[in-house]
Amino acid sequence: MAQPLVKKDDDRDDEEYSPFLGIEKGAVLQEARVFNDPQLDPRRCSQVITKLLYLLNQGETFTKIEATEVFFAVTKLFQSRDIGLRRMVYLMIKELSPSADEVIIVTSSLMKDMTSKTDMYRANAIRVLCRITDGTLLTQIERYLKQAIVDKNPVVASAALVSGIHLLETTPEIVKRWSNEVQEAVQSRAALVQFHALALLHQIRQNDRLAVSKLVTSLTRGTVRSPLAQCLLIRYTTQVIREAATTQTGDRPFYDFLESCLRHKAEMVIFEAARAITELNGVTNRELTPAITVLQLFLSSSKPVLRFAAVRTLNKVAMTHPMAVTNCNIDMESLISDQNRSIATLAITTLLKTGNESSVDRLMKQITNFMSDIADEFKIVVVEAIRSLCLKFPLKYRSLMNFLSNILREEGGFEYKKAIVDSIVILIRDIPDAKENGLLHLCEFIEDCEFTYLSTQILHFLGTEGPKTSDPSKYIRYIYNRVHLENATVRAAAVSTLAKFGAMVDALKPRVFVLLRRCLYDGDDEVRDRATLYLNTVGSDGEVIETDKVVKDFLFGSLDIPLANIETSLKNYEPAEQPFDINSVPKEVKTQPLAEKKAPGKKPAGLGAPPSGPPSTVDAYEKLLSSIPEFSDFGKLFKSSAPVELTEAETEYAVNVVKHIFDRHVVFQYNCTNTIPEQLLENVTVIVDASEAEEFAEVASKPLRSLPYDSPGQIFGAFEKPEGVPAVGKFSNMLRFIVKEVDPTTGDVEDDGVEDEYQLEDLEVVAADYVMKVGVSNFRNAWESIGPDFERVDEYGLGPRESLAEAVSAVISLLGMQPCEGTEVVANNSRSHTCLLSGVFIGNVKVLVRLQFGIDGPKEVAMKLAVRSEDDNVSDMIHEIVASG
Amino acid sequence: MAHILASDDCCPSVKNILLLDSEGKRVAVKYFSDEWPTNNSKLAFEKALFAKTLRTNARMEAEIVMFQDNIVVYKFVQDLHFFVTGGDHENELLLAAVLQGFFDAVTLLLRNSVDKREALENLDLIFLCLDEIVDQGIILETDPSVIAGKVAIHSMDGAAPLAEQTISQALATAREHLTRTLLT
Repeated sequence: MAQPLVKKDDDRDDEEYSPFLGIEKGAVLQEARVFNDPQLDPRRCSQVITKLLYLLNQGETFTKIEATEVFFAVTKLFQSRDIGLRRMVYLMIKELSPSADEVIIVTSSLMKDMTSKTDMYRANAIRVLCRITDGTLLTQIERYLKQAIVDKNPVVASAALVSGIHLLETTPEIVKRWSNEVQEAVQSRAALVQFHALALLHQIRQNDRLAVSKLVTSLTRGTVRSPLAQCLLIRYTTQVIREAATTQTGDRPFYDFLESCLRHKAEMVIFEAARAITELNGVTNRELTPAITVLQLFLSSSKPVLRFAAVRTLNKVAMTHPMAVTNCNIDMESLISDQNRSIATLAITTLLKTGNESSVDRLMKQITNFMSDIADEFKIVVVEAIRSLCLKFPLKYRSLMNFLSNILREEGGFEYKKAIVDSIVILIRDIPDAKENGLLHLCEFIEDCEFTYLSTQILHFLGTEGPKTSDPSKYIRYIYNRVHLENATVRAAAVSTLAKFGAMVDALKPRVFVLLRRCLYDGDDEVRDRATLYLNTVGSDGEVIETDKVVKDFLFGSLDIPLANIETSLKNYEPAEQPFDINSVPKEVKTQPLAEKKAPGKKPAGLGAPPSGPPSTVDAYEKLLSSIPEFSDFGKLFKSSAPVELTEAETEYAVNVVKHIFDRHVVFQYNCTNTIPEQLLENVTVIVDASEAEEFAEVASKPLRSLPYDSPGQIFGAFEKPEGVPAVGKFSNMLRFIVKEVDPTTGDVEDDGVEDEYQLEDLEVVAADYVMKVGVSNFRNAWESIGPDFERVDEYGLGPRESLAEAVSAVISLLGMQPCEGTEVVANNSRSHTCLLSGVFIGNVKVLVRLQFGIDGPKEVAMKLAVRSEDDNVSDMIHEIVASG
Repeated sequence: MAHILASDDCCPSVKNILLLDSEGKRVAVKYFSDEWPTNNSKLAFEKALFAKTLRTNARMEAEIVMFQDNIVVYKFVQDLHFFVTGGDHENELLLAAVLQGFFDAVTLLLRNSVDKREALENLDLIFLCLDEIVDQGIILETDPSVIAGKVAIHSMDGAAPLAEQTISQALATAREHLTRTLLT
């Protein structure tokens, strides 16, 4: 900063002397004609190439024609034997990334260079050729590449290896053939060759767990020459540790190796090892200690990069093992004043996680000064750290709450403000003493809040918490102000909040009523409707009487029904004598109906069948079934399966079946579609052979009188089964009907028909049909509360599988249960996974399942299944489903 | 390419190397990641990064910043700003080694007078230098004398029998440069 003026002058000088001053694409392209001179001037040519590269580097683009012209001109330069010029030619070709037909022009020149005696030619020609080549050419040069990998010149070997890493993306089958050479190169004495060879070898073998493990084992015992290769080895080692940990117990393999890397002479390696240790799954304090010690040393390094790396890693450790980091607190505190704001933020948030009660006030003072000059993203981190600190030291809530309310008043974006509000809300919930103070801070905030979302959230929260305080009346003013000053969404929320105060605090009711009545004249429908609803339900006109508990539950209770279900139920509800019954809404979490995948283009159908194929929602099924007198005494529908196709796609008649499970009955609903325009089917029945389903007895069937073209119809068959027993069996089906010819143009039907049959595929009732998908919000709580009385645990081998994700989804669909907490999603490349499922078994028995998967060897998936339920038969049944599936 | 960059278990990778002047304008840049698909997105990144780091003191030691979910290490000398960017889980010291390699190699190649004018005069060397440090994101070499050695081969007198010159000779030359640098 000392000589800004001088520098400006320098710049001006630069511009005057810059070799590229006033450079222009057109002129340079003209200059490129020198490439065609019979007598090449290498120096001149190099200069022109530099200019072209400069243009491209500045973001200038060449048109297709210009690029082609330059490319052809550049290829002429292979005639020159000037090594410097050749080097620029290589760069230029890479920069132009020629098209396939252009590549052919330079292929022979490059192949010649690849076999040249000059190392630099070989190395560069390999990199250029591999960069621009496609698979077909690669087979021609493969032989040279294999040689190059074991070339005694390290630059050539590295060039071939690095090219191999890139080619593995596009043509893995070819690169995989080079394993032997790459293996040899791993033993190279040249540091960087070893690094590149290791990277390539690992990529070739990354899906072969055993091979990676072997590679790591041999290298951790041998010598690795460059810090880069050592870092790589640490990464591969942690990968092996991670995968081994799922199957083995006891001492962690390779930990000693990681620990020994902490004493490596290169800081890069020390850090890589320390970080790897801190990221081990379930790392113990004993394992952590040496890593923390080296990171602590880094904290006082003179190099910012080292301090940053160390504090960032310690910050992550502090999230899971705060105690392990406390030793570093003194070094950490001195970093708060670090010139590098990233380091300072990381230090502060680490301290907030590890600090003790006595240091809180001092820390807060330091942070206040610091908050103004960091970005929102950092501020959010600090807010979250303060929230958890406050939960840890509830006695300090006053200073922490004050801090939060202060920063709430300052400028900031939505995410930042939301983080603060969320924090205050959490503190109010968890620290009773902080409640009144915190609520007032929130009230003040909504007085001047630009975010509708936050205002409504806070109003809702006020409605829940405010009435429970010692003096609820003081919040009314803040809430009613919103009714005057805000947009409709916030006004509606404020009306609800007012009503809550009225309903919960009897003394306030008359006053609240006065306010609510004013809202009846609001300009917005929703606001008026809410006010009317509350005025009519909360209590009789302005009198101080207690509001009915039923009314309170109805108005303010939580809704334990999935919103999507209630939406479909309401849509299906037709105005009738009977009012809508909320208890009829299924609580089952719905999955994507299979029907959507089926052939598109189905036209809206006639009577009896809702549009676009068979009805797919449970409530629609229930309605349909209850309308059929034969099934009316079956009781409540327990579950309906997804449609199962009984015909191939694109056949004459498309049939799928839905299995409806009742307590003592099973009803098959065959959804049939006639896809032949020239035919009308009449008296359509499904002949079901239940000889392989001994526990089932047919009690009723409902044929279809006629099935015209492209107008789906349903046939039903009902079977009796033992009560409450998950009977299973196989049913074979035959479609029987009378075919009548139809003239598609006139629609005339011939009188005479022919009896015909059509074989359908078999249908099975399986145990999973007796399990209903019902989610639980907190799996762990549910698991604990159900208790281990009827727990059944067993292990299964699932055999070779495509991937872990495929195995997980297969088991989920086999059991027909609801995945909880997003555990149906398997992370990429993970070798183990835990999946949580919940459901209700027929007879209303709750079932919870914990599945632990692991990949054992190449693609072999093993699974541990733990079931808890309220009935040991049910637990066993779940195991049977898996054992037989 | 994408999955090489994505996975933590894989080869360390560099997303870009930038050499900007004291106004944030490009001297030479090289991108290895498709995170910035257009020239405008690249320019926006450079501009924002330059603004973010401008007021920091990165003249003695390399500095570091978390920037748009990336780690950037950087160093300034005279009117030149050197940057190396990597993913947010990359080993910071490894990126610093790349930066140091680039910085020192440029210092060697420009014979210790490292400023914008000199860099532009020898822009071919800077381009070659970038080409020798990282190949499509993968680190090729971090040792400044080796990098400079590989580049220097071409910058010698065109009349010399260069085709016959070996790497070790080039290295010797480069080391000589380095020693000279250290002594001055």
